[in-house]
Amino acid sequence: MKNIPISALIGLFLTAVYFLMALLAPIIAPYGMAEVVGDVWEPASSKYWLGTDNIGRDLLSRMIYGGRTTIFIATAATIISFVTGSVLAFFAAVMGGWVDQVLSRFVDLIMSIPTLIFALVVLSVMPVTIPILILVMGLLDSTRVYRLARAVAVDISVMDYVEAARLRGEKIGWIIFREILPNALSPLIAEMGLRFIFAVLFVSTLSFLGLGVQPPEADWGGIVKENKEGIVYGIPAALLPAVAIATLAISVNLVADWVLNRTTSLKGGRG
Amino acid sequence: MSDPLLKVRDLKIGATVYPPGEKPHDIEIVHGVSFDLAPGKVLGLIGESGAGKSTIGLASMAYGRGGVKITGGEVWVNGRDILKSSVRDIRNLRGAEVTYVSQSAAASFNPAKKIMDQVVEAAVEQKKFSRKEAEERARTLFAKLGLPDPDNIGKRFPHQVSGGQLQRCMTALALCPEPDLVVFDEPTTALDVTTQIDVLMAIKEAIRDTGVAALYITHDLAVVAQVSDDIMVLRMGDMVEYAHTDQIINSPKEEYTQALVSVRSIEHEEKNPTPEPVLSVKNITARYKGLNFDVLKNVTVDLHPGQTLAVVGESGSGKSTLARVITGLLPPSDGQIDFAGRTLSRDLAGRTREDLRELQMIYQMADVAMNPRQTVGTIIGRPLEFYFNIRGSEKRKRIIDLLDEIELGEKFMDRYPAELSGGQKQRVCIARSLAAKPKMIICDEVTSALDPLVADGILKLLLDLQKIEDVAYLFITHDLATVRAISDSIAVMYQGKVQRYGSKSEVLSPPFDDYTDLLLSSVPEMKLGWLEEVVAHRKMESAGN
Repeated sequence: MKNIPISALIGLFLTAVYFLMALLAPIIAPYGMAEVVGDVWEPASSKYWLGTDNIGRDLLSRMIYGGRTTIFIATAATIISFVTGSVLAFFAAVMGGWVDQVLSRFVDLIMSIPTLIFALVVLSVMPVTIPILILVMGLLDSTRVYRLARAVAVDISVMDYVEAARLRGEKIGWIIFREILPNALSPLIAEMGLRFIFAVLFVSTLSFLGLGVQPPEADWGGIVKENKEGIVYGIPAALLPAVAIATLAISVNLVADWVLNRTTSLKGGRG
Repeated sequence: MSDPLLKVRDLKIGATVYPPGEKPHDIEIVHGVSFDLAPGKVLGLIGESGAGKSTIGLASMAYGRGGVKITGGEVWVNGRDILKSSVRDIRNLRGAEVTYVSQSAAASFNPAKKIMDQVVEAAVEQKKFSRKEAEERARTLFAKLGLPDPDNIGKRFPHQVSGGQLQRCMTALALCPEPDLVVFDEPTTALDVTTQIDVLMAIKEAIRDTGVAALYITHDLAVVAQVSDDIMVLRMGDMVEYAHTDQIINSPKEEYTQALVSVRSIEHEEKNPTPEPVLSVKNITARYKGLNFDVLKNVTVDLHPGQTLAVVGESGSGKSTLARVITGLLPPSDGQIDFAGRTLSRDLAGRTREDLRELQMIYQMADVAMNPRQTVGTIIGRPLEFYFNIRGSEKRKRIIDLLDEIELGEKFMDRYPAELSGGQKQRVCIARSLAAKPKMIICDEVTSALDPLVADGILKLLLDLQKIEDVAYLFITHDLATVRAISDSIAVMYQGKVQRYGSKSEVLSPPFDDYTDLLLSSVPEMKLGWLEEVVAHRKMESAGN
């Protein structure tokens, strides 16, 4: 763990701060999430560090609780998308033939419909609860993961060591999880950093459009939606979630970059 | 002697290494090498991989490849120190005074441009010739290098000519701007022996006719002996011996050079066939999906228990396809394979675990034959666990036994493949296949990616293990010296057919068929003037016909 570059340290620190805030939201937040504590759009003060929102709730508390929801949904959706996407992709790559064709063409089909529109259609007929939201986002994103993981796995599955495992008579589970997965991890981790941020943006977009997290639950996209009228009057409340998303995106990717550098070496060393 | 064209003094070259788990640091890979090259002479640089021979070759163009830096010394070309020259001067030097021929012409030509455009590019760019003159000169060189249809071959794309022809095109490319010095970096290593001899002769004549000086880099002493005036032997970035070709070949002084000259001195007594072969391939015909011709045509060979059958042939002869058919990776369209008294299923899915266990395989490229994320212990231990259900301390003990058998020892158990040398990697692969206690091992070009001395060690190990374990080898190779060293019987393959098959002594004694004769006579011999002898012999024969 020595020799961590400064960029990765900054990334690690900020990512850790965001995740800790999400975990410890009830302890850290100065006020309750939906508690009306002051006037509408009060400016920042020692009482309300970031001011208040459109109905007088403390914005800092909303941001912290909103971060908790957003990060939780994004993390869960990313995990679902990676597990389903990469397992299916490895399976397709190892089996080849019609299995590969059926899975890949199905994924192509899903990908041909814009994700946001697809999600909007699904969510408008389904009850919008957090588990459904996570599932829809995760499955839609898994098509992207599938594409990458399949490309990586196809390259690996023609390596001699995979052929040696096949000739040994190994079962498909061993080939996927012991031969291919460890060697496909680096690009997948890099992609995971990126996908996590896309998931954050996606859930924020859905909430902004009113199909994501439902009020009074807070989330970053919802905060933008609630405060967007304030921009006209020069109230910065709607911009704060944007700042939060941007800093989270950069710091997560700094960490992902560093992990990528550590695990890929031309000599294929250990990660 | 006139002033040297190329004068290298105390050349030091460094590089930055990035070992896993450590801080990157600088190392020196060439430690002060000096030599002279007079106009029109050829100096052979020879050494094993990592000797620094290619690095020195490129340094004479003031170039360092992939993070390699020239850290000290002088390189004088035509009376000026090019290491102190400006970028613009070096640009003018490359492609005009000094040119380069790389190992893989196929990877060096741009596949999207016609050969002629690439051959004349440097000459025109450096304003040595007009486009028209350069093309004229290129056609003359094509003819001189023995390329078919020299007037029109430049109109083809690189993929439309064969590997040997492309290598000659690259030589024409290097000679086109009338350089004073050409650096040949392993120009024939990637070629088949029968092609190598033509390219070698073409290069030699071209060097002689154009009066150009050359640095000839190779790992094959027998090849360099044919073309060079002087030879420098390198090892780990140090000069070992530097003398006339004659002296290096006939009376080498240093121990290392002697080892290089006398490599492949393994003696192996041929064993008599037993009544019951362990593997019997009968009338196998096979083709790949999407091809409209058979890659294997009616192949029949036998392998006896505890013996070695060498399958020899050039690239495209179908020898590796034979291995794929035997392992079940490519189901044959016709024929039958009997193994250990039973008939094997055509495809992998139909074979029992016992079939798979008794028939193991070792690959050419040991680095990709092992999962880079598994330790040596896991790699060797897996077959034990998988076939015999051996676990825990007993497995550990067996792994250590196997590591001792391949002369590596217990300390290698927790290493990763990246931490092993090429020879050690191949040994681990051998141990992995032995762990299954097989009756037969298919060795697919197992020594071709290795340096000669290391390859010798592997062959000796394989022979010793054969005595202990009584395992049969199907040894696929293009290298006839290897065949002589280890086989009991030989199958010569050509265009998917078995051209000649029998015991070693039968196959290697006259009368030969045309192809076997060509193949045998093309293997470079470690003596001066061999190339001329063979070529003269062939000319006489073709005149006689």
